[in-house]
Amino acid sequence: MTIENREDGASNSRQVDRRTFIKTTAVAAGVAGGIEGILAARQAPAHAQGVTINMVRWADFVPASDKLLREEVLPKAEKALKATIKLETINANDIQSKITAAIEGGGGPDIIMTQHNWQHLYEKGVVEVGDVAEKIAKSQGGFYKQSRDVATSGGRFIAVPWSVVGLMIAYRKSWLAEEGAMKFPTNWEEYRALGKKLKAKGRPIGQTMGHTFGDAPAFSYPYLWSWGGAEVDAKGKVVLNSKETLESVKFMTAFWKDAHDEGGLAWDDSNNNRAFLSGSICATLNGASIYIESLRSPDKYKTDKGEQMKTDILHSPLPRGPKGQFAYHVPFSHMVMKYGKNQKLAKDLLLWLGTKENFEPWFLSQKGFSVGATTDWEKHSVWKEDPIMLPYKDAARLGRAPGFAGPPNAKAAEVQTKYIITDMYAKAIQGMAADESVKWAGSELKKIYG
Amino acid sequence: MTVKPIAGSRGDAATAAFPRPRVSPARGLGGLLEDERPLAYLLLAPTALILTLFIAYPFLRGVWLSVTSATVGDPGLYVGLKNFERTWNDTIFHRVAINTFVYTGVTTVFKLAFGMWLALLLNREFRAKRFARAIILLPFIIPTVLSTLAWQWMFDPTFSVINWCLWQLGLITQRINWLGDEYLALVSIMIVNVWRGVPFYAISLLAGLQTVNPELQEAAAIDGATAWQRFWKITWPLLLPVTMVVVLFSVIQTFADFQLVYVLTRGGPANATHLFATYAYQIGVGTGLIGQGAAISLALFPVLLIVVIFQLWYIRRTETV
Repeated sequence: MTIENREDGASNSRQVDRRTFIKTTAVAAGVAGGIEGILAARQAPAHAQGVTINMVRWADFVPASDKLLREEVLPKAEKALKATIKLETINANDIQSKITAAIEGGGGPDIIMTQHNWQHLYEKGVVEVGDVAEKIAKSQGGFYKQSRDVATSGGRFIAVPWSVVGLMIAYRKSWLAEEGAMKFPTNWEEYRALGKKLKAKGRPIGQTMGHTFGDAPAFSYPYLWSWGGAEVDAKGKVVLNSKETLESVKFMTAFWKDAHDEGGLAWDDSNNNRAFLSGSICATLNGASIYIESLRSPDKYKTDKGEQMKTDILHSPLPRGPKGQFAYHVPFSHMVMKYGKNQKLAKDLLLWLGTKENFEPWFLSQKGFSVGATTDWEKHSVWKEDPIMLPYKDAARLGRAPGFAGPPNAKAAEVQTKYIITDMYAKAIQGMAADESVKWAGSELKKIYG
Repeated sequence: MTVKPIAGSRGDAATAAFPRPRVSPARGLGGLLEDERPLAYLLLAPTALILTLFIAYPFLRGVWLSVTSATVGDPGLYVGLKNFERTWNDTIFHRVAINTFVYTGVTTVFKLAFGMWLALLLNREFRAKRFARAIILLPFIIPTVLSTLAWQWMFDPTFSVINWCLWQLGLITQRINWLGDEYLALVSIMIVNVWRGVPFYAISLLAGLQTVNPELQEAAAIDGATAWQRFWKITWPLLLPVTMVVVLFSVIQTFADFQLVYVLTRGGPANATHLFATYAYQIGVGTGLIGQGAAISLALFPVLLIVVIFQLWYIRRTETV
């Protein structure tokens, strides 16, 4: 729809006169605003006319989803909202730099995807999006606690939850069976003993302890919690330097030496995928991208016996520690930027994308790599199709957020962005005394939390 | 010699002999441009504007940010030297400072040694000399990010081609953990920096070598000087001013190196390879603590200032001797 205000009052056949325009937008605004308004009016709202919305997301580990967004979902959104939508995908490790540059420069993408609790670092540069988030939550069974926690600050939504990437251990069924393990170890001691045998055969466990966004914190945080360690207590007092944390570090140091691929200190989020698919490691904490890739190219990835790799992959949660079994599944959200000139349209786009019918194609394209941020997606029939993916179905329910036992606020985000918890383990693995590395991490946290 | 006053003039002999060109005040812009002083300012103006916009303003802005509590989206408040105090007490910063000095010092020595060696070789007459001179520039010409990505593959923890070759040759039985070991990771980034930096030294020093009069070498050779004596007593002293300039540029660039570390290790493992620039970037841009990031990046400034002052003083001294 285009609108022209020509002096002679003429307009072409597709153009809308002022009266119709006012009626249309009044209906839209009057009914409910947002997507309901758009649907009711059957016309795009006034603000959307000829406007471009720029959106930045990570380059998805399931490339088919980015293709789907570009070729099907967003073109539909363009028609529905009568706006041009430009999608840029970048390496997840570069998203934070992009956000800082955009906010400080006072211009850039209208919508930026974030992971973890990063949005708390950028709270002053984003607009409140509770109207969008609550509508999505209300219509789809509510957000997972972890998704809601990371996206809210003082009860205000500073980002719209989008999805949760479940992190499970992908492992080689046959290799574990050869060592007598017919099911995955239930605790760290068992996992270490099994890993030791496998490493002796050149089939170590693969785990990144590097400076990378996903797999490193998704392992180090729940591992710490499983030993009873925590960054802070419920009042925000730093309690990291504890007996429990020390025990976790001591165990990790020996566990690494006994059972892990020592190159993991330099891995990013993609190294373990390559190592697993090439048959170099027996198990690794990962989203389901390894399995999904093995499904995508079944004849490319083979086991040492010449069978398709996909037939030899199973998934398991992280083992239990002395104080319980935990997980950290990476939540994804979208922020609407305060500098943006089309904030309302940006919100409408997020609402449009978040409705069940529009989210579903993307959800299906993920094949379980991501689950929705709302609980209704657990009920989807897709989970009946492939039992290998079943552990991911309700994984997001078990997730805790960084900053536990306090809120996942800006301080927790700072700790996470500086890789302090991961580095605490990495330093000990590299040879620093366990108590020194815990002391170092504790002092770094105190500088942040005060 | 005496100069006679021009008939009719009222001035003294000198002014009468060399009368000033008369400038008509009514000639406007044309007249202004004929006067050297305004013309000089006018010609300098674009440069001054560029320097102000792209050097002075960002620098002063950086200084201001370093004394504020600015974070992303929040200009913050003036906090005095608090960010510097925090940086000074930051254990990661200590590691970063050591890394940066070691990285710059070691790579500069190697780049100078290999660069000089290469320049001396390229200064000889041999077949395909021009081709060789062009080809050695490749590491310097290829965009750093691209060449570093290639190195990342070569150092890959699982698929390193270097490890594969060494293993095939029977020189190793276990993989070398190039980027996962804290010391080897630093060595690895230094190897890449030397590989990339040697051509700059070689070409610059080669240009300097070509200004050395070959007759000096020939005369020394006739007098029985060895190759080493000819290099040490003739080539090196004559090349020293050029060498100092090359080292000056290289030290500044290496001290502020960013791309190479960012691509290869992102400062890991456990901050073992962070340099000033990458750490400042992680804190200021990654984490959004802009004031603190600015303070870290300004830590570079006094060091580089001392290096620049010393080297410029040395160059000037050698020029006047």
